[in-house]
Amino acid sequence: MSVIIVLIIIGVLVAGGFLAGFIWAVKSGQYDDTDSPAVRMLFDDTTPEKKKVMTIQAFTVKKKTLNKKTRINRCRIN
Amino acid sequence: MGLKCVHCGEDCGKHPVMYDEQPFCCHGCRAVYQILNRQNLEQYYEIKPMPGIRIEQQDADARYAYLDLDEIKEKLLTFSDGGISKVDFFIPVIHCASCIWLLEHLNTLNHGIIYSNVNFPQKTLSITFKDSEISLRQMVELLVSIHYIPEITLDKLEKKETKKNDRDLLIKIGVAGFSLLNVMLYNFPEYLPGGELLSESFTRMFGWLSFALSMPVVFYSANDYYLSAFKGLRHKIVNIDVPITLGIFTLFIQSTYDIITGHGIGYFDSLTGLVFLLLIGKWYQGKTYRALSFERDYKSYFPVAVTKISSGKEKYIALSNLAKGDHILIRNRELIPVDSKILSGNANIDYSFVTGESIPVPKQKGEMVFAGGRQVGGSIQMEVIKEVEQSYLTQLWNQNNTRSEETSGLKEIVNKVSEYFTVIILVIALSAAIYWLFMNPSLALFAFTSVLIIACPCALALTVPFTFGSTMRLFGRKGFYIKNTDVIEKLHSIDTVVFDKTGTLTMNRTMNVRFVGDELSDEELSMIRSLVSNSSHPLSTAIKDHIESDVKNEVEDFREIPAMGISAKVNKVLINIGSKKFVMGKDDDKPGSTNVYVFIGDKVKGYFKIGNQYRQGLKEVIESMKGKYKLYLLSGDNESERNTLQPLFGKDTLLLFNQSPTDKMEFVEQLKNSGRKILMIGDGLNDAGALLKSNVGITIADDIYSFSPACDGILQSSRFSKLYRFIRFTNLSVNVVKISFFISFLYNIIGISFAVQGTLSPLIAAVLMPVSSISIVAFATLAINLTGRKHL
Repeated sequence: MSVIIVLIIIGVLVAGGFLAGFIWAVKSGQYDDTDSPAVRMLFDDTTPEKKKVMTIQAFTVKKKTLNKKTRINRCRIN
Repeated sequence: MGLKCVHCGEDCGKHPVMYDEQPFCCHGCRAVYQILNRQNLEQYYEIKPMPGIRIEQQDADARYAYLDLDEIKEKLLTFSDGGISKVDFFIPVIHCASCIWLLEHLNTLNHGIIYSNVNFPQKTLSITFKDSEISLRQMVELLVSIHYIPEITLDKLEKKETKKNDRDLLIKIGVAGFSLLNVMLYNFPEYLPGGELLSESFTRMFGWLSFALSMPVVFYSANDYYLSAFKGLRHKIVNIDVPITLGIFTLFIQSTYDIITGHGIGYFDSLTGLVFLLLIGKWYQGKTYRALSFERDYKSYFPVAVTKISSGKEKYIALSNLAKGDHILIRNRELIPVDSKILSGNANIDYSFVTGESIPVPKQKGEMVFAGGRQVGGSIQMEVIKEVEQSYLTQLWNQNNTRSEETSGLKEIVNKVSEYFTVIILVIALSAAIYWLFMNPSLALFAFTSVLIIACPCALALTVPFTFGSTMRLFGRKGFYIKNTDVIEKLHSIDTVVFDKTGTLTMNRTMNVRFVGDELSDEELSMIRSLVSNSSHPLSTAIKDHIESDVKNEVEDFREIPAMGISAKVNKVLINIGSKKFVMGKDDDKPGSTNVYVFIGDKVKGYFKIGNQYRQGLKEVIESMKGKYKLYLLSGDNESERNTLQPLFGKDTLLLFNQSPTDKMEFVEQLKNSGRKILMIGDGLNDAGALLKSNVGITIADDIYSFSPACDGILQSSRFSKLYRFIRFTNLSVNVVKISFFISFLYNIIGISFAVQGTLSPLIAAVLMPVSSISIVAFATLAINLTGRKHL
């Protein structure tokens, strides 16, 4: 039966850990805004290259993306 | 339908602005696209199609120059250490994922911005930036250039909001939930068959563990209830928190006693469960529309700074530093912040916010203009004749900005019920104790505490939060935003409704246009349309919208004479459009009607009669309310609309015209003093006093995030036709509360019947208390949401 004592101690510790985590989350402001993070996580990190568009409007866009690429490179150098 | 603007989704009309092979409705939208395109930010248009914001009129360039003033900067910045600064902006137009994406990629547009973060429900943007690379003003101008215009007002400068309360409640719920689940686990063996086989030492250990875990619940999570009960008692009111406090303490003391004496493991599960559910109810009820503000006063409407002219030089100064006698410069579309006199320039004052009237009023040199008007047209110079705090409207506001907090309707009922409840419970408990004292003294104390434990008004205390919380959420989904749940009770008890006319019953932007005179040919109509398209005056826009024609005519020699009219040669024919004085040379128009005269070629053809357009569903709203409430109409306008309105409201309804803001306020105050419960429905600053004095003040707004005077609720103008349904629904909510009360009493009778017999075991308490609470919560929420689907 004494195993119950061990289990209870573990139980309280685990639950207490979650409680502490919850309190930390609330205090750090994670519950102040519950809408934007849900959207934010879906954003891509970088602006995607426009491959899809290229096939449709072949020439003009190709030229444009080229320009953009060089601009990106320039930014990186900066 | 033509093409849709890639930026904002508006119809582009016959002549879209083309750029990058994409159609735009206007150059403003095209410019934003160009900025984003240049910086590789096209993803903005991919997350959500056509996410942009269209701006009708660009403001003057120097509009944000005041942001360079140190004292204003200091107030706006939330943090600054000389190198890095932080600032929060309220941007009402934030509406979709694309907005979040773009605003959080601001650093691509300007490398001085280190980090930007959107809080969507509050519609705020916090920016961290390097002072050396971008100034506050440049940043605001950057935001304006992509059409995300931050709202910077005096009000925002003075208040720093605190979110602490929200967080506190969440932590309290967390702690209560943690304790509840653990305590339930320890108590569980007791409830099962064979639980008594558990050895004595385990029962003791579980008991003490439960005791330990309940401590934070009793002394931290629930402490708001003790405070409120104490406050109530001090004012000699037995509010709902008194029996709750009594219940919690009895539970705690009885359980502790049980543990110490080794009787059992007490009622700690019931105790923690009770507190947990009560807090959940509080949280549910506490939903607030954080981006909306119900407490705004003139300060959130007035500009932060004005241009002062001293010895020929223009200088921005903070509004608070403005003194009597100063000369100020008001540019196109700027707001006049103080009562002042016109010195020079063509003043054309748009009082749409103050009076609801959207047609600008021309003012002559030397005339006095009240604060709150907006200049339309060129710049004007004015002399300040009163200090900001002393201006007419500000004063009206300052006189009575404290709304008397009266308890009304149901709050009263709840408090009454809890008063009787507490007394009756105490009587029952005492009688039971006395009875057992003679029959079996060992049971006396137990019976006494049992009654207090089980009769704890948990269901009673949960009914109101869940019923009204659900109603409030439902209203919000339907376009009616209320300040808090008390408003529902107040709305239910009203018996008088006072309407404002302009802007409330009539629409703010759309106008009713009718031509009186010789019939115009299609060609003439198209010519008029071409001419008025060149002017941005509201009357021109109204006429333009009225005429359906796509023919483009050649317009030459276009002249716009402010406050008079416009003139040009269209297809080589001279057309003059404007006031009677402008077109016919004499001014004998009856005041109160807005007529725009038309001269084509060689003769006056007639005039466009422009009137207010009443809101859709107005007739139904008035019809349905007529028999049930006493109606009044207060209008700041002249009597010209009386003939239209009197039949609608019925013969007996009092319609008052030419009412000043003070008149309105006094009228409502008098009505209130005669014992009536008043619902005031208004829209502008001129109704502010009346809205404050009424029992419930509702503001009608086209854009709920823009300024509205302090009120109890904001109704989206598109939902105006449902006004009566909302009011009727509050009756339904109150009925749901009453039924829940009844159910809760039934549970109490069952519980007390156990308690007085001295047979209340922790098991019965542990079953009965949650079952009663949860069934009440379920009933209230379901009843509101199901009936809401049918009735709203």
